[in-house]
Amino acid sequence: MGSPSLLAVSSQLLPAREQMAFTLGFHIVLASMGVAFPAITLLANYRGLRRGDETALTLAQRWSKVMAVLFAVGAVTGTVLSFEFGLLWPGLMKRYGEMFGIGFAIEGLFFFTEAIFIAIYIYGWKRLRPWPHFWTGVPAVIAGIGGALSVVSANSWLNQPAGFKAAADGHVISVQPLDVIFNRATPYEVPHMVLAAYMVAGFLIASVYAVGMLRGRHDRYHRLGFLIPFTVAAIATPLQLFVGDTAARAIAKDQPVKFAAMEYVQSTQTHAPEYLGGIYHNGKVTGGIRIPGLDSLLVGFSTDTKVTGWNSVAPKDRPPSPTLLHLAFDAMVGIGSLLLLLGAWLAFSWWRRRELPRTIWFLRAAAVAGVGAVVALECGWIVTEVGRQPWTVYRLLRTENAVTGATGIWFSLAVVLVLYTALGVATVIALRAMARRWREGDAEDDEVPYGPPAGALP
Amino acid sequence: MSTVVAVELWLGVTLYAVLGGADFGAGFWDLVAGGAERGARPRALIDRAISPVWEANHVWLIFILVVLWTGFPAAFAAIGSTLFVPLALAALGIVLRGSGFALRHVAGSLGVRRVLGAAFALSSVLTPLFMGTVVGAVASGRVPANGSGDRLTSWCNGMSLLVGVLSVATCAYVAATFLIADARRAGDAELERYFRRRAIGAAVVAGALAAAGLVVLHDDARYVYHGLTSGALGLVIVSAVCGAGAVAMLLRGDAVWARPLAVGAVVAVVWGWGVAQRPYLLPTSLKIDAGAAPHATLVALVIVLGVAVLVIGPAMALLFTLHQRSVLDD
Repeated sequence: MGSPSLLAVSSQLLPAREQMAFTLGFHIVLASMGVAFPAITLLANYRGLRRGDETALTLAQRWSKVMAVLFAVGAVTGTVLSFEFGLLWPGLMKRYGEMFGIGFAIEGLFFFTEAIFIAIYIYGWKRLRPWPHFWTGVPAVIAGIGGALSVVSANSWLNQPAGFKAAADGHVISVQPLDVIFNRATPYEVPHMVLAAYMVAGFLIASVYAVGMLRGRHDRYHRLGFLIPFTVAAIATPLQLFVGDTAARAIAKDQPVKFAAMEYVQSTQTHAPEYLGGIYHNGKVTGGIRIPGLDSLLVGFSTDTKVTGWNSVAPKDRPPSPTLLHLAFDAMVGIGSLLLLLGAWLAFSWWRRRELPRTIWFLRAAAVAGVGAVVALECGWIVTEVGRQPWTVYRLLRTENAVTGATGIWFSLAVVLVLYTALGVATVIALRAMARRWREGDAEDDEVPYGPPAGALP
Repeated sequence: MSTVVAVELWLGVTLYAVLGGADFGAGFWDLVAGGAERGARPRALIDRAISPVWEANHVWLIFILVVLWTGFPAAFAAIGSTLFVPLALAALGIVLRGSGFALRHVAGSLGVRRVLGAAFALSSVLTPLFMGTVVGAVASGRVPANGSGDRLTSWCNGMSLLVGVLSVATCAYVAATFLIADARRAGDAELERYFRRRAIGAAVVAGALAAAGLVVLHDDARYVYHGLTSGALGLVIVSAVCGAGAVAMLLRGDAVWARPLAVGAVVAVVWGWGVAQRPYLLPTSLKIDAGAAPHATLVALVIVLGVAVLVIGPAMALLFTLHQRSVLDD
């Protein structure tokens, strides 16, 4: 052992993980928009048609144009992930592609459906009759949710692999597809992500209009543009906290070492304390608030509940950096709780006065809620993915055995970093340019490819 | 069952080659349309032609990748390992093509649109080029089942590069025959002639490259060459006849028949390749049945195909019909 080839493999492990993390972290924001934005747009569209509300129709039409851009960028960044499974993780695909791929195959169907109907919806505003046009958007909403369900079930399979028999050498000899799709982690991981998508899309879109109102644009257009997505997100948030709480308890059982790192549980114990914040170093937690017994209480509804510590497995089987996992977990839960309060604030004000809260602080909070939801989403993925390390397939395949033997991943990582940064900046600039044109009133400027002077068009 | 899934995979490849290929080819014609003023009209037509459909067409690529890695995991891992470079470059091209196209619609200034448009057009050429080298590498047996093929010479060689260039030419050819019909629908006789000339040119180039490919295959890829000249000979002939017929129709000015004939030529080549390398998935190291996933996974993939035929088929037909009736105009 210790041969050069082994060294070569491990030298690619870090950049490969970084590239996967970065491209997935980028795509997941766009994917969330792809899952939830059509529903939010259709709500505005429905209101517009039902009540003859021109403002709502304008919002729906403009949102569908934004959606077109985000959906396109999301489609290509999602394709990159499919390539990366082969480029970065051939060891995973070779051994477990026949299970890992089943969810993706079903997702392919949903994505197909969504791509087709979203195109009809986006380009059908002018020539389709209003209600049929509305209904062409509905399959996209259903397909968005279905796609998220199936692709996240593939991820949950990595956390709780099931549904197959392997020979002594690890070669898979038989597969039970339904058990692969409905593995132990599916019931909590899948709804967690769908709700996250609705929260991210809702708070993010609403934050745009919150900023507009902070800049003095207190018209009905901005109020409605804020209220529709915000309401969707505010309804998803309490459900999300319930699902997330259930998920954490399930992880304590299904992946105890991941949970131990999330909660700083070093050795198996009853009356385990809960840490809010804090940094772990050399066996000690510094900073943060320590609440005795609370972790046990949260896991089993009693302080006598025994919580497994990470000392229960050998150091090489523990995830790296408990601090990263713990702080990411705390940040996700903390932001989620704040968003719950924000939603409750609006609900209270609406119940009393049918109006947004009067203080400017509500709008300020709503303006950062969008970014907050995105941060919480990223933290959640850090917890689930980094927390599973050193395993790619939990307890079956170590990440160092999944990674490619190809060299030069540092280079491809650098290219990806530059390209995606440029892509993110270009997307934001393009969306802002659209918004500016809409504000300046030439709402229906024709979208022509680059180059042609106005008169030359046929 | 593994053969059924291999056929499913090839169906995906065929649809992507024709539909996705036409979108890439449209990008090629955008690239060579000349300066802003001169290229304005063809570019506007290209833009209208592919805007509502390119994403749906692109999904066939994802279909191919997923069926390959689920149905034939070992082949996917081997291709990913050996052909890391062209696949990474193709992925890069896909990002630039899609985002460049989507963003140039909405970007503010002319300068930004130009840069984004250039990214779209250039990557529309480079992506099929690199994908073609992947096909060339697989067909010429340069991807061994254990994935240990040379990371550079497996795709950077005369044979693979020739297939790369051939795929660019084929995309351009199919796209031009499609764009003739789009120009006719737009009532633009001049653009119709414009794309007819280009379709003929691209057809001649693609035909010459395909013929050259056969010669190179003879020296370089004996297994597939043998297959093409025996079991798949019929398909090779069909492809040649369709290709020649399409050119004849184009010369006569009959665009209605040129299109199915052009498509037929491409379809016959794709299936000729598949039949020629039977029973291998990776000639000559991995056979289809040896590299296949367990039975239940294959059944799941066939069910997915069945659902696709029942659901995606009609949906796609609706999209194309609406598009061709100019209902999906912005």
